[in-house]
Amino acid sequence: MFTARGKRSVLAVGLVAAAALALTACGGDPLAEPSDDSGSGSGSSDTIVVGSQGYYSNEIIAEIYAQALEGAGFTVEKQLNIGQRDAYMPEVESGEINVFPEYTGSLLEYLSEDEVDVTAPEDVYTALTEALPDGLTALDYAEASDQDTYTVLKSFAEENDLTSIGDLKNVTSQVTIGAPPEFEQRPYNPAAAKEVYGVDLAFSATGPTTLESLLAGEIQVADIYTADPAFETEDIVALEDPENLIISSNVVPIVSSDIADEVSEVLNAISAKLTAEELVSLNVLSTVDQQSSADIAKKWLEDNDLV
Amino acid sequence: MNLFTDAIAWMFAPAQWSGNYALPKLLGEHLALTAISVLIAAVIALPAGWLIGHTGRGREIAVAISGAARAIPAFGLMVLLVLLLGVLRIPEAAIITFVLLAIPSLLAGAYTGLEAIDRRVIDAARAMGMTEWQIFWKVEVRLGMPLLVGGIRAALLQVIATVTIAAYVNLGGLGWPIIQGIPLRRFDQVLGGALIVAVLALVVDLLLAAAQHAAVPRGLRTGRQVRRRTRPLAPAAEPSTATA
Repeated sequence: MFTARGKRSVLAVGLVAAAALALTACGGDPLAEPSDDSGSGSGSSDTIVVGSQGYYSNEIIAEIYAQALEGAGFTVEKQLNIGQRDAYMPEVESGEINVFPEYTGSLLEYLSEDEVDVTAPEDVYTALTEALPDGLTALDYAEASDQDTYTVLKSFAEENDLTSIGDLKNVTSQVTIGAPPEFEQRPYNPAAAKEVYGVDLAFSATGPTTLESLLAGEIQVADIYTADPAFETEDIVALEDPENLIISSNVVPIVSSDIADEVSEVLNAISAKLTAEELVSLNVLSTVDQQSSADIAKKWLEDNDLV
Repeated sequence: MNLFTDAIAWMFAPAQWSGNYALPKLLGEHLALTAISVLIAAVIALPAGWLIGHTGRGREIAVAISGAARAIPAFGLMVLLVLLLGVLRIPEAAIITFVLLAIPSLLAGAYTGLEAIDRRVIDAARAMGMTEWQIFWKVEVRLGMPLLVGGIRAALLQVIATVTIAAYVNLGGLGWPIIQGIPLRRFDQVLGGALIVAVLALVVDLLLAAAQHAAVPRGLRTGRQVRRRTRPLAPAAEPSTATA
């Protein structure tokens, strides 16, 4: 079966494969993020490393933090778009990244082994400060948030006279809520809404197509995060949550404890000015106007006299 | 080992056997998506593969499709189709993706099955007076069965493994525990779901291996057989009358 010619071509293919494998080592670590400045983050004690999630909105906030800190005289290195929590939390906890824009509620859910039973912004923040590992400090949280909602089309709300989640009882036909898959198991899932508000909701795991499904009429209620630009660009409205069913998730800077005092003034000033509407507007600039996070951050800081 | 036992415990917990996301229901959805996709792919790929194998033409296209198309990034394609076709056409988008994934293996199984047949057998059939259609169905397809079943086996396995992504676009299936478990950080759930898919794939593979074995026509089975000599033993000096 193997002729001499066959053996030689097998050998050639094997050599090429081995060479290709060896050459991949030349590329460097593909998981390392390109950093703006030269020099390592953890090596130089004067450089503050600002990181961000692989999420455009988080990147904008990180740019705001970074540029404000630069304006205040710090040397800043940016490591943006790292990925999800499983990817970046180790670096944040070890101190390789010093400043990270986070969200109180979802970070608390991530850090807690048991179910989280607090929902109001202040309670969530307090619980978060307790849950943070040693070496990390949470500075002031902003009004801006990126939390779950029970959102409906404005037309649907008007037709059925809806202002709060409890008003969904008024709807006679089947009401389905669309959300990411994990929503079904969260403490604010449809089962919890039934307990707290007495509403009967069917669940549809629409995930990435949640907004489109709401607009297409496939679902009546959707879990649209509060910072979503759709709140400005589409006719949707989030139903009020007077019983605080849904966990709050406000924007909060998580910083290494050893630099917390130095940077708190700059970052707290940002949190004071970052309202929920402002964050949505910034996101619209990114998704609709396609501006870069750096430009959006620069303009926002200038408009708010923070740099 | 601890995570493994947690995963098994998760699988048999009562929550997994009732409600909207019960394991039997997910299994049913998974198999339904697989069956529909492979069936549609077979309707497209088998006639095409048989035509290519029977006429010997278009072989290069078949080889190219069977090779390259197997590497379709299924997840990316599915998401792209959902974006293009809209949220009201999600099932169609997913099934198109799985069909495209299944076609290469089925095409390869069909045409290699026919290609591997000794031409002399077909000549013999023609010489016996069989019509083209009779030759096709009674000789070529029968003899090509093992390789075709091998192609079906490969296609089924690939689709079963890939249908796990259907849960990402709300179509259920055994990918649901995985896709829900990761953001919830419930790794017993993630591993449990993955194990079920793996076991399903193995079971289907074994069943089809048996089918492939059974598909070999009796006359071709290797083993001790008495073969009738067609000509008497002759010394090598005689000029050979049979062509090599």
